[in-house]
Amino acid sequence: METLEQIKCRIEAAIPGVGLDIQCNRVVPGQASLVVPPARALEVARFLRDDSRLALDYCSNVSGVDWLDRVVEEHVRVTRLVDGQERVFEECRERRVPGHLEAVYHLYSMRLKHGPVILRQRTVNRVDQARLASLTPVWRSAEFQEREAYDLFGIVFEGHPDLRRILMWDEFRDSPMRKDYVEPDDYEYEPTPHDDLREKARRHYPIEADA
Amino acid sequence: MDEGLRSELSRQGVFATTIQDLYNWGCRNSLWPLNFGLACCAIEMIAASMARFDIARFGAEVFRPSPRQADLMIVAGTVTKKMAPQVVRLYNQMPEPKYVIAMGACAISGGPFKRGYNVLKGIDRYVPVDVHIPGCPPRPEALLHALITLQEKIASRKLTGPSRARAFQEEAPGEFPVPEYGPYDLVPAKNTDLWRPKPITRNE
Repeated sequence: METLEQIKCRIEAAIPGVGLDIQCNRVVPGQASLVVPPARALEVARFLRDDSRLALDYCSNVSGVDWLDRVVEEHVRVTRLVDGQERVFEECRERRVPGHLEAVYHLYSMRLKHGPVILRQRTVNRVDQARLASLTPVWRSAEFQEREAYDLFGIVFEGHPDLRRILMWDEFRDSPMRKDYVEPDDYEYEPTPHDDLREKARRHYPIEADA
Repeated sequence: MDEGLRSELSRQGVFATTIQDLYNWGCRNSLWPLNFGLACCAIEMIAASMARFDIARFGAEVFRPSPRQADLMIVAGTVTKKMAPQVVRLYNQMPEPKYVIAMGACAISGGPFKRGYNVLKGIDRYVPVDVHIPGCPPRPEALLHALITLQEKIASRKLTGPSRARAFQEEAPGEFPVPEYGPYDLVPAKNTDLWRPKPITRNE
């Protein structure tokens, strides 16, 4: 299979002005992924499926990811003039990344037996603009998993044929897999509470006076 | 009836019993379970009904697909909050006298999913449970043990008098409120008439 850089170049040649990005995986260098803007995601998906050299006809997995506001440390090389000489310094800069939601698609080719190509879509923020393009029209196998991401993360997939909750009940009003989800306060006795459970135990059961 | 007199009579070829004993004998040896499973415990329940363990030895092999024909509910598996109203509704539709076995860690307490947002912390919050079986999942022998325990409970039940079993008390409820789906949890989160845990204080 082609490298992700080659795939990116070919998509950009086929769909002008698409604005792709490659995100490296610092833990596993071989698993970089392609970040696709939601507005053009459907075109990119069609290209990946219909291109004869890629033929990514199978979407094995759709995942939701929740990113809170975070600060990333970056090491940058800068050149500065010190005593009339140019010298290279390594600086640590902090960059604030606003919170967003992600949908990650893992694509394989059944016909050519290669893959995966990893596709990412990102929302603008986590609150009122959590909208992405549904890729169900391209890969039917994404239907239930996009519904699950909608149910548990609150990502709205535009163009999905049947966007309803799939695991929680229809009347439920929350996104349980988000990192700031507050679960119902129904703590019950735990024999050996620790960490945050210990705090809950403190709140729910008063300590014995004479113990 | 006096036990000595009864054995003396039986030695003479006279069989004497009471309506209560006869009724309980018939009832406990023909428990018809409701045919439904919720998770992996149901696989053990199926194993208990097959040849090796053979629940038919205890007269409980007639798994009924309709709650109208069943008198034993085996809650075999994790009860999610989405499933709980249906389980309570099935219990309400069963005719009296009816019994419940909560099978496995999940059905009795939520088990490994106890801290989850979506799992009920024990079916005894909504329906009265007669026998709890611990285990994850319990072996078929454990289910058979629970069945025998339930049979002993039925054998000793009273049909009349102030201490008669719940099924024969006119004022005791045979149906329990079905919880509704709320925006964050089931409403109500537990049936407080039914489920009254002992107050716990911590020792530290």
